Amino acid sequence: MIKQHESIIIQVTSSAMVPFIQLFALYVLFHGHYGPGGGFQGGVILAVSIVLMRLYMGREMAHAKFPPKMSLALAATGLLVFMLTGLVPMVAGGAFLDYGNLMIPGLSASSLRHVGILIVEIGISMTVFGTMVLVFDNLSGENW
Amino acid sequence: MKWIAFPIMGIFFALMIYATTGLPGRGDADAPASTYVSPFYIEHTMEDTDTPNVVTSVLADYRGYDTLGETVVIFTAGLACILLLMKKGIQ
Repeated sequence: MIKQHESIIIQVTSSAMVPFIQLFALYVLFHGHYGPGGGFQGGVILAVSIVLMRLYMGREMAHAKFPPKMSLALAATGLLVFMLTGLVPMVAGGAFLDYGNLMIPGLSASSLRHVGILIVEIGISMTVFGTMVLVFDNLSGENW
Repeated sequence: MKWIAFPIMGIFFALMIYATTGLPGRGDADAPASTYVSPFYIEHTMEDTDTPNVVTSVLADYRGYDTLGETVVIFTAGLACILLLMKKGIQ
């Protein structure tokens, strides 16, 4: 069981770092179209912020911020988002995961694929984020 | 009979080394991967997916099925972690 860290320096520094880590994770996730990044990297960085919270806050406060049971639900939801995104074009007669086949007026096939990639990346990041927090919670012996 | 594993391992190692000599060199411009597949992705990524980053368009669009498999692998690893390490107290 992880207790709250005694040092006030570590507590203050970590609590100042957490929002910036999360902001950077969202940047890495949504900037995957234009630079290095994407779902896997963004999800891992987001999970690191939660792990840092777990390490300096202690069990009660960190579990109140992010309940351990939510990580499994989040991981499963991310995978579901990915699979449903793949199934949606099949309704319009396209292939599995071929987002460009959806006929939406005003949107070309290429911009549909652009949006499809973004949704898929969000699903990946949810799965990676949930799984990383899940593995940490189980390895640290949290009795949830 | 344990000693027999070592010669078999040596034979397979030699076979693998022999097989790599037939592969094209790293960064070879005349390799099949560099002549057909890569130029197609690089030339068509903007008109197909509207995404300047070729890596992302290959990862999530051209090879989306592969990425789905990777995500399933990560999720399965998390489930296996639960099965092995979960405390008994919650039942």
